[in-house]
Amino acid sequence: MIDVTLVDAGRLAVQQEMRRDPRVWVLGEDVARGGLWGQYRGFLEEFGAERIVSTPISESTIMGAGLGAALVGTRPIIEMRIFDFVMCAMDELVNQIAKIRYMFGGQARPAVVVRMPHGMWRNSAAQHSQMLESWFVHLPGVIVVAPSCAADEAGLMVSAIRSDDPVLFFDPKDLWLAADRMPAGEIQPIPFGKARRLHEGGDLTIVTWSAIVPKVMEAVTLLAAQGVHADVLDLRTLWPWDEAAVLASVKKTKRLLVVHEAVEVGGFGGEIVARVIDQLGTAHVKVARRLGAPRLPIPFSPPLENQIRVTTEKIVAAAMKAARE
Amino acid sequence: MKKIFSTNFCLAFKKQMAKNRAKAGDLWIIMAKPRASENTPPRELLEKLFRTAYAIRVFETEGIKLYRQGLIRGYFHPYLGQEGIATGVCAALRKGDFIASTHRGHGHCIAWGADIKRMVAELLQKETGYCRGYGGSMHIADITTGNLGANGIVGAGTPLGVGAALAAQVRGSDAVTVTFTTDGATNNGTFLESLNLAAIWNLNFILVIENNQYAVSTPIGESTRETDLFKRGAAIGVESHLVDGNDPLAVYNLTEESARKCRAGQGPILIEARTFRHMGHHVNDPGKYMPEDKLAYYKQRDPVDRARNNFVDLGHASAADVSTIERSVEKEFADAVEFSKGSREVSVDEFRAFAAVY
Repeated sequence: MIDVTLVDAGRLAVQQEMRRDPRVWVLGEDVARGGLWGQYRGFLEEFGAERIVSTPISESTIMGAGLGAALVGTRPIIEMRIFDFVMCAMDELVNQIAKIRYMFGGQARPAVVVRMPHGMWRNSAAQHSQMLESWFVHLPGVIVVAPSCAADEAGLMVSAIRSDDPVLFFDPKDLWLAADRMPAGEIQPIPFGKARRLHEGGDLTIVTWSAIVPKVMEAVTLLAAQGVHADVLDLRTLWPWDEAAVLASVKKTKRLLVVHEAVEVGGFGGEIVARVIDQLGTAHVKVARRLGAPRLPIPFSPPLENQIRVTTEKIVAAAMKAARE
Repeated sequence: MKKIFSTNFCLAFKKQMAKNRAKAGDLWIIMAKPRASENTPPRELLEKLFRTAYAIRVFETEGIKLYRQGLIRGYFHPYLGQEGIATGVCAALRKGDFIASTHRGHGHCIAWGADIKRMVAELLQKETGYCRGYGGSMHIADITTGNLGANGIVGAGTPLGVGAALAAQVRGSDAVTVTFTTDGATNNGTFLESLNLAAIWNLNFILVIENNQYAVSTPIGESTRETDLFKRGAAIGVESHLVDGNDPLAVYNLTEESARKCRAGQGPILIEARTFRHMGHHVNDPGKYMPEDKLAYYKQRDPVDRARNNFVDLGHASAADVSTIERSVEKEFADAVEFSKGSREVSVDEFRAFAAVY
């Protein structure tokens, strides 16, 4: 095992794949200088300016040019700097990247990775903190990835780069600089659609992903101290998602709590709850519930941000309720 | 940087335009005659230009008939009246180059050398179409030959073209990418973003504005104060030209020169090709907002007639030569319809299996 941050893990994965495949390259704002987070540090020296291309602040064209370059056989990583900026490139993502393979009858498979660090981080305010991953799960034509630890960041990044179909890669900003560990040596790809079991228990199932995962694990420890044992699944990829693992767990516990940092209303938690009830039937599911943020813009003000944030305490309370009801 | 703002041709055009404005109250623009070429263009080129322009004319005219019969569904944006642009541009490109098209894309595909059978089949949602009937009129693409596709979103082909051009540069290829765009798209953000990126990266990229003077029903003068759209390139250091889009030979000459400059590292280049639609925005738009006298004016300067006249006058083609080409093009279309009618449509199950992989 090696000591890394998630930024390191992502960097090692991209570096490994760029060494392996000369068709892989990166474009985005400030990437040649290492990227805002240092996620491309050293790339200019190793790969040259042609494979780590800094761009003006022109998100539509960054996204569209990435697609154009993919259509002619290269495999770009399109860096959006932070997720919220992708809204400036929505046509290129939704109407172009997500549609091309289908619309052209399979003539081209756009092998792009769109990298979008998302979520709350250091009081970044309403336009730099959003988690709207559910929008993209709703969008046919893309794979949606949201890792929460260094090993998954690296392994899923390798899979994303090797994927022939477009992958939206949501790096968890709030965890990016946290200390973590991952296996040494060559990074193995992690398949899409396989959840990771973080804790075993029979009292309730908690399904979660991305930046909220460490808080869920804190809550699980507190719950265990009170005699409630949770079965915890980190989905890791939201499309495809590991429905089989979730169903198997809820079959056992009969109680489901989905926890996500994103707004609860219309969040992906709703889809999971609906599918579980659909598939198992109300007779076999005693509780199926979500915990997310209120439907409010994310405040800059630290006290206000703390109010809307999903905290360990809120997770413990929701889980206790779900387990005891 | 080695960017030149405009050519002598441009200046001559402007002078003539100014003269015309004074005379005719600026109702429209008298198109400049093409530059007198020192060498007569080769007959093969003139024949190709005529054949292509006529093939587009037949495709659109006959396609509209199929539409009226209810055989073609959805959107259909005819290229009638604009044939000179795709014809001239594509004839000046070569194998290995790329094009990206617009919602009005049939002409670009045909000029690029598309198989008429597969185009008609696509419009008739048949499995033998370019996109297996999944795309239709607005989404015909042929990636293997470098046609990055027609596109239902105005302005969307510009970033795609820049990406293809950048990929070519990264690979060390001298391929040129042409994006066809529209006057309407020049007020979309992708126009400036993409041209600027192409400029800072010195890409082999030619952006061709097909200025048909209407964005659906809105005349260009209502969308921008400066209707000489090519002037926008100068602001970001891009060599820019204006050309009579109804003159296939002039378009060819300018594109040929532009592609040569690109391959010599002097790209990108912006071309405004001025033209006029022969009808409304799409088949069901009667185009009543288009002034009749202006329409008549452009119809008198019909690009297909000009291609034919050039073939006859400069290429010394006989009436029989012309007729042979016309019959052959018409037969090709008729055969394509028969071919398509004999093709099957994909089933719902095939669609679901194909489209729901991820």
